[in-house]
Amino acid sequence: MSSDLDVFVGNTTLIDEEVYRLWLDGHSVAEAVARRLRGGLLEREATSVAVLQSDTRDHYRTFQMLERLLHAPPRLLQQLLFQIPPERQALLVQRYYAFDEALARELLGKKLSKGTKKELDEVSARTGVGIRSCRRQFDNFKRVFKAVEELRGPLAENIQQLFLLPPSLARDYAAIVFFANSRFETGKRRLQFLSFGDFAACAQSMMAHWSQGALAPEAAEPDGDLPKSFLQDLKELKVLVTDKDLLDQHKSLVCSALRGKISVYNELEANFKALSRALVNVGGKLTHARDVRDFFVDLVEKVIEPCRSDKWSPGDLRLFLQHYTAAPRNLPGFRHQALWERYMAAISACLLRMFHD
Amino acid sequence: MPGKLKVKIVAGRHLPVMDRASDLTDAFVEVKFGNTTFKTDVYPKSLNPQWNSEWFKFEVDDEELQDEPLQITVLDHDTYSANDAIGKVYIDIDPLLYSEAATVISGWFPIYDTIHGIRGEINVVVKVDLFNDLNRFRQSSCGVKFFCTTSIPKCYRAVVIHGFVEELVVNEDPEYQWIDRIRTPRASNEARQRLISLMSGELQRKIGLKVLEMRGNAVVGYLQCFDLEGESGLVVRAIGTACTLDKLSNTSAFLPACNSPSKEMKEIPFNEDPNPNTYSSGPSTPLKNQTYSFSPSKSYSRQSSSSDTDLSLTPKTGMGSGSAGKEGGPFKTLLRQQTQSALEQREFPFFTLTTFPPGFLVHVGGVVSARSVKLLDRIHNPDEPETRDAWWAEIRQEIKSHAKALGCHAVVGYSESTSICEEVCILSASGTAAVLNPRFLQDGTMEGCLEQRIEEASPPGCGFCHIPYDELNMPFPAHLTYCYNCRKQKVPDVLFTTIDLPVEAIVVGKGCLIQARLCRLKKKAQAEANATSISNLLPFMEYEVHTQLMNKLKLRGMNALFGLRIQITVGENMLMGLASATGVYLAALPTPGGIQIAGKTPNDGTYEQHISHMQKKINDTIAKNKELYEINPPELPEEIIGSPIPEPRQRSRLLRSQSESSDEVTELDLSHGKKDAFVLEIDDTDAMEDVHSLLTDVPPPSGFYSCNTEIMPGINNWTPEIQMFTAVRVSRLSNINPTNQTLNKNFNDLCENLLKSLYFKLRSMVPCCLCHVNFTVALPEDELVQIAVTAVAITYDKNQALQANKAPTEKSQQRASTDNEEQLQFPLELCSDPLSSQPFSPAKEVLEGASSHTGIPAAQRATSVDYSSFADRCNSWIELIKLKAQTIRRGSIKTTTSLEKASPLAEGYLRHRSVPSGTNSTVSVVKMTPLSFLPGAKITKYLGIINMFFIRETTSLREEGGVSGFLHAFIAEVFAMVRAHVAALGGNAVVSYIMKQCVFMENPNKNQAQCLINVSGDAVVFVRESELEVLPPQPAAAAQPTGAAGDVTT
Repeated sequence: MSSDLDVFVGNTTLIDEEVYRLWLDGHSVAEAVARRLRGGLLEREATSVAVLQSDTRDHYRTFQMLERLLHAPPRLLQQLLFQIPPERQALLVQRYYAFDEALARELLGKKLSKGTKKELDEVSARTGVGIRSCRRQFDNFKRVFKAVEELRGPLAENIQQLFLLPPSLARDYAAIVFFANSRFETGKRRLQFLSFGDFAACAQSMMAHWSQGALAPEAAEPDGDLPKSFLQDLKELKVLVTDKDLLDQHKSLVCSALRGKISVYNELEANFKALSRALVNVGGKLTHARDVRDFFVDLVEKVIEPCRSDKWSPGDLRLFLQHYTAAPRNLPGFRHQALWERYMAAISACLLRMFHD
Repeated sequence: MPGKLKVKIVAGRHLPVMDRASDLTDAFVEVKFGNTTFKTDVYPKSLNPQWNSEWFKFEVDDEELQDEPLQITVLDHDTYSANDAIGKVYIDIDPLLYSEAATVISGWFPIYDTIHGIRGEINVVVKVDLFNDLNRFRQSSCGVKFFCTTSIPKCYRAVVIHGFVEELVVNEDPEYQWIDRIRTPRASNEARQRLISLMSGELQRKIGLKVLEMRGNAVVGYLQCFDLEGESGLVVRAIGTACTLDKLSNTSAFLPACNSPSKEMKEIPFNEDPNPNTYSSGPSTPLKNQTYSFSPSKSYSRQSSSSDTDLSLTPKTGMGSGSAGKEGGPFKTLLRQQTQSALEQREFPFFTLTTFPPGFLVHVGGVVSARSVKLLDRIHNPDEPETRDAWWAEIRQEIKSHAKALGCHAVVGYSESTSICEEVCILSASGTAAVLNPRFLQDGTMEGCLEQRIEEASPPGCGFCHIPYDELNMPFPAHLTYCYNCRKQKVPDVLFTTIDLPVEAIVVGKGCLIQARLCRLKKKAQAEANATSISNLLPFMEYEVHTQLMNKLKLRGMNALFGLRIQITVGENMLMGLASATGVYLAALPTPGGIQIAGKTPNDGTYEQHISHMQKKINDTIAKNKELYEINPPELPEEIIGSPIPEPRQRSRLLRSQSESSDEVTELDLSHGKKDAFVLEIDDTDAMEDVHSLLTDVPPPSGFYSCNTEIMPGINNWTPEIQMFTAVRVSRLSNINPTNQTLNKNFNDLCENLLKSLYFKLRSMVPCCLCHVNFTVALPEDELVQIAVTAVAITYDKNQALQANKAPTEKSQQRASTDNEEQLQFPLELCSDPLSSQPFSPAKEVLEGASSHTGIPAAQRATSVDYSSFADRCNSWIELIKLKAQTIRRGSIKTTTSLEKASPLAEGYLRHRSVPSGTNSTVSVVKMTPLSFLPGAKITKYLGIINMFFIRETTSLREEGGVSGFLHAFIAEVFAMVRAHVAALGGNAVVSYIMKQCVFMENPNKNQAQCLINVSGDAVVFVRESELEVLPPQPAAAAQPTGAAGDVTT
């Protein structure tokens, strides 16, 4: 005897966390049932496979109906169709928008377009995240991106309000949007050692120090774009490496401050000019979209890798950056100290975060 | 003009995109009541329109107010083509028509479309100004309160319980009219929804008139049903119990505090609108009614009718009954001459109640039921629905005579039902024959009391078990013993009833759900032949259902069934019987014996072995069940009882008969004659199967109990968590050559699996009890069986249960329930009439608390109460409830607290700029339960009856997730619409919720499906008991600023 129709509807919508996870991971009903069986549920609850199937199907139907609402979480709070306690609603939203960092890492800096979506098969194979889950997560990224693209004000806060995400998750989404917007290159071989967390932290420092919102909360430009005027101004900093006097004085100030304090003093003395040129030029290139893409590549290639081959320790780098940033204050004729410090704050944060194996 | 209806359309949200080009909608709203329609302006290009309309005012008769629903249609404006309908909201304004209920309906309603389901929401405010009605010949019955609850509602006191009221109206079904061939499915569905809404309004009004005639002010246990007779029409019928109720708080000192909010609202019209003279006081209303019913605007001919099985014997003295309802029970002065004999004179001394005030039920005789098979034919003149009336009258007459045969003058727990397949219809009625205390049945409440005292000498814990019939002249063979509790009166060895377990009953252990399931094949036949074959099958089915119930009861070591409901469903080629009841062990009845198996071929050795193996299995099961349900009755010294535990014999409490179109009444004796009924004879394989099926009933997993009554006998420490649910299954009986046995097995498996899956779903609530488990079986097509279950899972405290059990297990007896609800109610009753200290005074309930103890006579304990302190405490309680109730009505407390809870979500929310308005109003929680109470909570106000009927249809079944996806969404939508209506009335729960109908039809080849659902319940305001104790009065004031006004304007 087969059941053609089989539904269970509670006045308070039942949410089974385990089944929700299976659904989010993109498993079919049959797969989900198999996994639940493997979990030993059958023995624990002394029930039958048919019961488990019927239960799983019920939950899947509920989730499918809820998915429409999860696309706009504030609607989930207002809708009348499902009576769900607030803490459960929060859980539904959080889990729906949670993502696999491996997948996010793959997609960082890529255009969230149909083309990218088509490549998800490979991404799925590389990351081991189910293809259906990949698509769902990709759609989440894209949905959030579209929703905040045009909005003014701090990115993370906008996301938090529109999608009711917990602050840390909202910050991660802000990073994804920031990368998708600026299209930074993250896929190069030499960048592979960097995790999603590294890039997210970098994005956060860049937005925190460089964006308009960081200076004036009522800024006119969205946080996702770096302010044009600021990038233009960065060209002024080139004087630090183009003016021979300034470069020498800068070097001597830094070296005298660090003598005896860092283990790689000799290497520093030898490489100072190259390092300084690299650090300043990265900023100078940011006005051109094509050069922006290489921001992280440049930092790794020209700063991190040389330091690493010279066996700098993270402490060494921190001290160096500290004094390197502070020193120009005492340079005669250098009038861009505020701009310099704003620029270097983000660069230092990025470098320190990225300086690992 | 006796009423002014005012409607304001505030806003909409989440509307569907109606214009693909712009992805937006140009929405406007039509508000229709009767024949008047108003429109709002078009709010262009928005999915969240803010209409903020003026007040639309309808000046209407109160008769119209009762019959008509308010109809709100949301449309998309289209300059070039016809406007597209987005969806509708029907609002029943009945709750605004009586003084104690809601004063305003205000809130977000789902916009519903019969094809697309819910499409956004609309915020509406509705008010009614009622004018004083001077017309004594009026046709309306505004002011009569309706309750689905089958007991006296918690915050009322029954002054008089008048008795049975019934009515039916008949119409053509729009689905079967010629016009249906040319109109869209949507138009047809809407015509049907609207017609049924109208018919239920009319029915309720007519029942109300009968109640007023009986000088009552309320209907309790109101049950309204639809019979979709297809070609031959649509019948809407209702039964109920007329009562005169008194609001409990009215009798206390603080009357003004309680009624002021609602009263003020209702009194405004007198000052505001001083021209009620437009309404002449002559007998114009009936005439008006005529003109309305033929008005051309109605696309179908609305033909109303009233049934005539009026309570013709009820004295209709004292006119001007119209105004009676509103005041509520000031009739004590008008002593009517109704004594017990008057009860017998009543045409139908029936009561739809299943729980009664203490002392009301004197003796219970047993279940009485009657069925009748009828052939449907077109109702030629719907204004004269005499045939349908006559059918029911016939059945009720039968029930009455059965009751009389049991020595009873009344029937309680009475209900009626039908099962229709093509043109054959089985009408069924059942109830419990009983002897009642006339004290409650007449005015002048206390007079009859003294006389009754003598009869009431028996202790209340077992009195209802004592036989009402004459021992020497028994209506059927029964084995009687002296009551195991009082040892004075005779009791039967088993007791079947349709009522809930009386509060005062003494039970041993816990109860459990017992079901008998049965299929019978039937040849396909037409008309008369079909009806004949059905009525020939019925007695066998009844017999078998009864035998199954009896065996299963024995198997659990129990001796009484409560809440028995036997459903016989007719299909094309089979009949199905499903009986559900809650088994308990009543301490007053004798211990049931075991079950013996006997074989027919005693010479066969292996066979013998098999038999003894089976016997062992049965004995083990009984022993296991006794342990499971904690049935360990006290060992009684033999000499007291006189007769030893009797060698058990099965007999029947069930008198039944069925009649075909002819009036021939056959009475079937269900007892097994001289045969010892506990002996199951295995004479062929069929019988073997039967014994096997007995043993296949799996007990619920540990931590679960189930029952189909209001309260689970033996569990009394409920915690507040509840989960109401509806589960529906349709299964195909795929046998090529089905036999009765295979069908039985299939059906049995279907039910068992369904129960199993419920236990699994609700496993997170353990320990819990499934209460009010209500199975409904339908046979929508050949080979298809549909089962719908509605029930509520309630958690209970296991640790506390152990403690509570400890005390009584010394005597291993305990009260069936110490319903917390009662605790507030009874002291109030005491302070209202402290002079009457009946022996069955309810005060003992309070004094005894949870661990009741039957040793001390109740009267003694009652005298030791300090009434005044009780009363004082109650007063302050009530005042708190008042405050809470008011704030909850404004929706403020709920909203603020839930916002706080939602903090992870709502954090930083308000700062956002582009979020659509109205986002910060969180949806308030509405609880739903089929029970008449909420555990751990106090119902403080009844807001009115919810009675809703929806049709949903789809032509894209696969796209909506197949039949399961379609029905899942629809049931969720129905729940959502019920909750929205309750919330708009200012309530936070629905009690006595019931899904009366769920008719599902599919046509997978055409990718189509249609479903009709009818639900009802009582909208209430409840307050948590914990909040009552802790709550200081100030939150009420603090929470007010963010009230409904804010809600509305956002």
